[in-house]
Amino acid sequence: MASYSTSEFRSGLKLMIDGDPCAIVENEFVKPGKGQAFNRVKIRNLKTGRVIDRTYKSGESVEAADVIDTDMQYLYNDGEFWYFMDPASYEQIGADANAVSDALKWLKEQDMYTVTLWNGTPLTVTPPNFTVLKVVETDPGVRGDTSGGGGKPATLETGAVVRVPLFIDEGELLKVDTRTGEYVSRAKEEG
Amino acid sequence: MSHVPRKRADTLSHDWRPSASLESISKRAALLQQVRAFFHAHRVMEVETPVLSAAGNTDININSFTVHYDGPHAPPDGQMYLHTSPEYAMKRLLAAGSGDIFQIARVFRNGEAGRRHNPEFTLLEWYRLGMDQHALMAEVEALLRVLMPGLGKTNRLSYRQAFIEHAGIDPLEVEQQALQACAERHGLGDIVGLDKDDHDAWLDLCMDQVVVPALGEGLVFIYDYPASQAALARLSEEDARVAERFECFINGVELANGFHELTDAREQRQRLLADNAHRRLTGRAELPVDEHFLSALQSGLPDCAGVAVGLDRLLMLMSGATAIDEVLAFAVDRA
Repeated sequence: MASYSTSEFRSGLKLMIDGDPCAIVENEFVKPGKGQAFNRVKIRNLKTGRVIDRTYKSGESVEAADVIDTDMQYLYNDGEFWYFMDPASYEQIGADANAVSDALKWLKEQDMYTVTLWNGTPLTVTPPNFTVLKVVETDPGVRGDTSGGGGKPATLETGAVVRVPLFIDEGELLKVDTRTGEYVSRAKEEG
Repeated sequence: MSHVPRKRADTLSHDWRPSASLESISKRAALLQQVRAFFHAHRVMEVETPVLSAAGNTDININSFTVHYDGPHAPPDGQMYLHTSPEYAMKRLLAAGSGDIFQIARVFRNGEAGRRHNPEFTLLEWYRLGMDQHALMAEVEALLRVLMPGLGKTNRLSYRQAFIEHAGIDPLEVEQQALQACAERHGLGDIVGLDKDDHDAWLDLCMDQVVVPALGEGLVFIYDYPASQAALARLSEEDARVAERFECFINGVELANGFHELTDAREQRQRLLADNAHRRLTGRAELPVDEHFLSALQSGLPDCAGVAVGLDRLLMLMSGATAIDEVLAFAVDRA
């Protein structure tokens, strides 16, 4: 089984901890000048989403988690599972509510997402950093306003609500940063 | 060439750029000038000693870089070491009668990289004849006040006081179990790979993660470290449980480590051999002991105190940087 030493720790690294696949959220190397070195690590359990703290004596090794990221197309939701398809093999796979929770408000049929698989089961679904979505509901646009100063809420086709400049109208396409949930710009076409 | 280049040549990379701003690079230049002016005014002579040494540092928590040298005067196996501090060589100068000396040296420590660590960094190290740890702490403070005029008031407390006040335990008397309970109480979470009986490592952990963060803002000196962590400091004559070693922290950042220096060659040799025995027990390579250094002590090191100050960390504090990369022209990931 592959393993990582503490000197290879970095955020995003996937490890097996207490039998569960986990990802390092934050790693800090700490060492008093004349003393023992440690790695203080925040770890997210990829099954439960819970974040825990661990301290490792430097030089320790931890088993790697056999986790792979795949790009898959979102198909539909049957009330219990969200189904994704591998565009190369056409193989379909169902992700549960826990796996899609962070991506839920950005999920749009036919779009591509990163599905993180552990032993073939979806652990997490991550939307692309930027996505283009249509405005389905917002107050009427105000002509001449280009500052975007105050802004107003707009509901997008996936159900996400973002703050947009006053000049945005219903039916327009917007580019949105899914990491911060912020409006980026108008978009000409879906991408 | 057999090695594989780290990046494909056709990949556009911005890593050639400095990790520090040009403003920070010029701050470093000014700092070096101020340091030299301070010691010039105090009649302390600047010296240079070798970076490359035939002997390593046996210190159990510090790892030397090894390098290969072929040529005249090469050791039989060709193995040499980059110094982790200029301490041994500077003490040889002191034993030879140099008088008060300082050095601004690039030093190397293998395996140390993080928000406040880079495997090579700049140490300011100086030695003062006839001073003890308290007199030297006063001089460290004087220098820091020149370099950081806005520095608030100073707090000085012993290692024991600091632990009692901020961790609720007496570090010189605490049982191993109570020490572990203290770490747990302070939310250190699970600790992986730390030997239950490695008392000093548990003390280090509590010091670094419990006591230091509670010291607060400003300049704090902690003195009288446990005898088991004496390094090259002499043991106290009043309390054999402690060594005359101090450290200094600003806003919770460890900045300096100083000793009232051990001058006893026999005791020093025993400590180096004990380090090597510990290395052997923990499955690490033993290092050649620096016989030049021990011979210098044997011939007589004058009563003195010495201290090393991390200049990169000082620059971090002076410029409000949160990571050491911000004050290094090229941190290790761009070296």
